[in-house]
Amino acid sequence: MVVVRPTTLALLLAFTVLPLQAQDRFITVASTTSTEQSGLFAYLLPIYEQQTGVKVRVVALGTGQALDVGRRGDADVVFVHARTAEEKFLAEGQGVKRYPVMYNDFVLIGPKSDPAKIAGGKDIVAAMKKVRAAQAPFVSRGDRSGTHMAELELWKASGIDLDKSKGPWYRDTGQGMGPALNTAAWMNAYILADRGTWLAFKNRGDLEILVEGDKRLFNQYGVILVSPDKHPNVKKELGQQFIDWLISPAGQKAIADYRINGEQLFYPNASDPDA
Amino acid sequence: MDDGRVHAPSDLLALLPLSLENVVFAAGGRRIIDGVTFRINAGLRCMIVGPNGAGKSVLLRLCHGLLSPTAGTIRWHSPEFARAPGRQAMVFQRPVMLRRSALANVVYALKVARVPSELCVERAREALRRVGLDSLAASPARVLSAGEQQRLALARVWALKPEVLFLDEATANLDPGATHQIERVILAMHESGTKIVMVTQNLGQARRLGDEILFVHQGRLVERAPAARFFRRPESAEAARFLEGELPW
Amino acid sequence: MSSLAAAAVQALQLIVGADPKLLEIALLSLEVSLTAVAIACAIGLPFGAAIAVGRFPGRHTLIVVLNALMGLPPVVVGLFVYLLLSRAGPLGSMGLLFTPAAMVIAQAILVTPIIAALARQVTEDAWEEYRDQLRSLGTTKRGAAATLLWDLRYSLVTIVLAGFGRAAAEVGAVMIVGGNIDGVTRVMTTTIALETSKGDLPLALGLGIVLLTIVLALNAAAYVVKEAAQRRYG
Repeated sequence: MVVVRPTTLALLLAFTVLPLQAQDRFITVASTTSTEQSGLFAYLLPIYEQQTGVKVRVVALGTGQALDVGRRGDADVVFVHARTAEEKFLAEGQGVKRYPVMYNDFVLIGPKSDPAKIAGGKDIVAAMKKVRAAQAPFVSRGDRSGTHMAELELWKASGIDLDKSKGPWYRDTGQGMGPALNTAAWMNAYILADRGTWLAFKNRGDLEILVEGDKRLFNQYGVILVSPDKHPNVKKELGQQFIDWLISPAGQKAIADYRINGEQLFYPNASDPDA
Repeated sequence: MDDGRVHAPSDLLALLPLSLENVVFAAGGRRIIDGVTFRINAGLRCMIVGPNGAGKSVLLRLCHGLLSPTAGTIRWHSPEFARAPGRQAMVFQRPVMLRRSALANVVYALKVARVPSELCVERAREALRRVGLDSLAASPARVLSAGEQQRLALARVWALKPEVLFLDEATANLDPGATHQIERVILAMHESGTKIVMVTQNLGQARRLGDEILFVHQGRLVERAPAARFFRRPESAEAARFLEGELPW
Repeated sequence: MSSLAAAAVQALQLIVGADPKLLEIALLSLEVSLTAVAIACAIGLPFGAAIAVGRFPGRHTLIVVLNALMGLPPVVVGLFVYLLLSRAGPLGSMGLLFTPAAMVIAQAILVTPIIAALARQVTEDAWEEYRDQLRSLGTTKRGAAATLLWDLRYSLVTIVLAGFGRAAAEVGAVMIVGGNIDGVTRVMTTTIALETSKGDLPLALGLGIVLLTIVLALNAAAYVVKEAAQRRYG
């Protein structure tokens, strides 16, 4: 068999592996698609990089997947929005400490035609009950994301047993926030979404915000350093530096300054003891 | 001493004589060669003739080593030497040229035979000169005419000064002019010491070039005679009928 | 304006505007896919040719498996490479996950069977024609494989382009092993996926048109070079 000349092999390796293992200082953060798609990172990270010279590489997945990436030690920091899952992560010894960072809220989106007649309501539980009663089409993310978990808790809070109630009206798509919104727009269905993704979303079709403002719709974000004890490769100093910045006045201000069309998306609350 | 010439037959390293003993070749349930025994010695130009399907091509390929006999033995005088590239060569009815220049095709054969790189190009040019193709040395081999390609095939094998050259209906696809040119090259190769063993359907060619004739029929060597006598007074009935054109294909 | 028309306008604006971000993404796409194809050729061409001229037990089974591997789903390859390169996996200490190197590896795995299987077919067909002549000249099996590969170079160009097309078009593998990290592992296809999921369909389609244009340009260039060489060298 013809053997690849050693020089060719060396060139190929040099071309691929070496430049790409650039000795920039960087950390890997596993976060959620909704955070990424809201554009927050594109705004925040250049500020951080300028201040510290450290690059932040964000891998955007669903909350469940992001925590799993942390469990495998493939990220230095996880930054998600599902308190229960985060506590579990810590209980497993996978993370060092949880710091609350900011919150945004979920909104219940639906078609202008509003078959379940929930528009303008301030009570999310009542609204969900009406959607279920009307058997109006509802799109769920179904992907173990923070949004999905919040949705499930709301059904529970409404006293609705999803397993019994599931019918053709409930569409479990297993998709990220954006694709799920695409599906809902196409189907003219109701859907629970985080405000950030919604504001950045362009393919709205006939959908609009129908219910918002209920305290139960608040969505808390937490950041955790992946445990260097379990995963020796974790960049603990650089990771902690990033966390410290997020909860610092400078970081919190930067978060508050992020707007889409003049609207603030995320509300920093690192100093809130209950968050 | 490497002067490129073939050593005298008495030399220990000589390939000839080639001995076939009770050689059988069967394929697809049929015996294509059905027990053939003869010896090919150095010197005379040998023509193998016979009707279609007689097994002439198969016999040639067995001698050259492209096929292995089902039974019987085929033995060169010095077998290890016979395996070296270029010592005994073959030219096919349809030559296969590589997608490179004419010169590069000849150089290829020299490189396969491990001729030192510095000598390859010069030897290749010399071979092309001998067959009259030196002006086409840089042409892509595949665009040459059939006659030119066949001459190139001869140059390619001649560059290595083989001791034996097998030819399998080498001019069957060529017009009379090209055929004549090929025959001249074959004669020149014989002059310079290469043993010629040729299969041909062209009886005129057999008459022109042949010193001795091997007549093959239904997988057997039926008659072997000096050319003059074979054409004037064949001994076997099959040979007589063949010459009269009466043998069924 | 309909989405399709909007997409066409976007595509034009992107190409003419030469947005640096787009340039960066397009260059990374080319770098990853071309490198993957180069590796795939270095492995696949000799391997395919060797199978074509070789005779060994299990040869037919190997050919069937090789042909089947042409249909490897990219997302499955991505998953496999992810598990290999993850810190929790066997090659984790190399730290290759979420880097372009990981994407190159995944695409190389995807493309190599295509190159090998097609090279095998093309070489085997030619071997029928060349076999007697090459054996007569004394070429070894190994030499024959190399000789055939060079003689078949024009057909091989098409095979390599097929492999490149596969690499440049796939999104499943590079998404998983690359993580679609902005500025690091974001390529054309993952950007298109991202913009689609953000609902910016005209931009996504526009990017798609840009990608197609790049691949078309590459194919055209290869064709021109091939035709010129064929005319000169036959």
